[in-house]
Amino acid sequence: MWLAEFGLLFRRVRTRVLLLVLAAVPVAVAVAVRISGEGPSPGQGPRFFDQITHNGVFAALVGLTVTLPFFLPLAVAIIAGDSVAGEANLGTLRYVLSRPCGRTRLLVLKGTTLTLFCFVATFAVGLAGLIAGAILFPIGDVTTLSGTTLSLAAGTLRIGLAAVLVALSLLGLAAIGMFISTLTDAPVGAMAGTVGVAVLSGVLDAVPALSWLHPFLLTHYWLSFGDVLRSPVYWNQIVLNLIVQAVTVGIFAAAAWARFTSKDVLA
Amino acid sequence: MTDLAIETTGLTKRLGHVAVVDHVDLAVPRGSVYGFLGPNGSGKTTTIRMLLGLVWPTAGSFRLLAEPMPAASARVLPQVGALVEGPAFYPWLTGGQNLRRLDAAGLDGQRKTRAARIDAALEKVGLAAAANKRYRAYSLGMKQRLGLAAALLRPRNLLILDEPTNGMDPQGTREIRNLIRELASEGSTVFLSTHLLSEVEQLCTHLGIISVGKVVAQGSIDELRGRGDAMLRVETTDADNAVNVLKGLGLDTVVVTGEVVSAQLDGQMPEECNRALVMAGVGVRSLTTDRRSLEDAFLALTGEGFDVAG
Repeated sequence: MWLAEFGLLFRRVRTRVLLLVLAAVPVAVAVAVRISGEGPSPGQGPRFFDQITHNGVFAALVGLTVTLPFFLPLAVAIIAGDSVAGEANLGTLRYVLSRPCGRTRLLVLKGTTLTLFCFVATFAVGLAGLIAGAILFPIGDVTTLSGTTLSLAAGTLRIGLAAVLVALSLLGLAAIGMFISTLTDAPVGAMAGTVGVAVLSGVLDAVPALSWLHPFLLTHYWLSFGDVLRSPVYWNQIVLNLIVQAVTVGIFAAAAWARFTSKDVLA
Repeated sequence: MTDLAIETTGLTKRLGHVAVVDHVDLAVPRGSVYGFLGPNGSGKTTTIRMLLGLVWPTAGSFRLLAEPMPAASARVLPQVGALVEGPAFYPWLTGGQNLRRLDAAGLDGQRKTRAARIDAALEKVGLAAAANKRYRAYSLGMKQRLGLAAALLRPRNLLILDEPTNGMDPQGTREIRNLIRELASEGSTVFLSTHLLSEVEQLCTHLGIISVGKVVAQGSIDELRGRGDAMLRVETTDADNAVNVLKGLGLDTVVVTGEVVSAQLDGQMPEECNRALVMAGVGVRSLTTDRRSLEDAFLALTGEGFDVAG
């Protein structure tokens, strides 16, 4: 049952292309830095960027930093927006439900698959960055943001932790996407709506006058994953991010459930 | 009444202020092939969607296989195979993968027999050779066959088929009709929604006719075809009065087409009707009686594009 649902998602060409594009981002960054000969001067470019030439493993972190504001939310919005509305649009929803697969169960199935996708997408970026960095640049002990040094193994583990945090950061948006997906039979509308939510959150986050609102925004603490590269790890913002995501998931999963279990399936 | 496969009581669905399905009382006997006949937009599909738990009724209740629905959905729906408003599958999966996914979506997995059941279902609808082709590449007829295969994935006590021969070539249509007969002879109840009268005449033992959300007639084919034995057909210059006279005689179903007034005789003698018409001063040009066909019955009851007198 779970396997069938995962197979449905990952057998689809669109899903594979999305993952490929995501994985290509850190590779492209690493290749570009390598070709240009010398790395950027310290402090230039996105976070961790100036570190790539010293240590290839940082390509993974640069990949996550670069994809988190746009590519990853876009991918999640596409998959989440399609989750229910896509089935409605194809008409398969009526057959799956009359199979019967309880409505609550179908939502749980979709939510689980969506969570899996968040992790697969994030790790596609992280692993591609790690591999490209290791091939193109020297690797070795990892210098933290605080200036201390971690062994390569410990450093890689921290990067893995960062990837887990990024994946968890996406869950709030995924839940919103799934809720919007229960509102319509048009998957494109649900995808656009979900992207819209992510963009809106980013815009509001950039308006200083709304600083009181910022801590509640979905995307406000997204980049907190970088704090795992401090010594000791600075947990404050990471925890706040996880709280924001958990609350968002709670609210929108409940809303999706309330909507989906009461709606007439006319598609 | 436990010998009913489908029993609805006052089943109603309102969308906004419009009653799409209006107090529908269906009685589908077990083992019957029940033709559910109605013009487009008469509420057939909405009724079927309610039966399958896809649309929540506004009012009324229903039982499937003698169990209250939707309370018993998890127990009853696995025994119900359905084809609703055409087939729908994932284009990027093959026919076989599609059936596997659908079968795996339920709780009663029966995983061990799955592969064998899928092969058997594909074989039954003549699709075994195309099992590994992507659904995207299927022709309309093949899609319809896959939809039927999905309805036959496990032994079913009730099959709800919505226009099952839609998009099929004549050979395919015949094959599917034979398949339906075979299923019925094995004991499944078949609820066949269609607007093809020939399909009903060939296949069905029972018939329900729905028009504008209401059931206008229901019973065995012989009952419906034979009710009133015959149709009275009066050619007259004074259709309005003729209608009044015939209604005065207790004929309920009177239809006017230009200068021709048709009515179901309901046991009345044609000569009585003639006398009454003449006594009322209605000019009768000709008066004949026909044994009515199912088509007459259908059109008389639904009045689609026919009943100009309203």
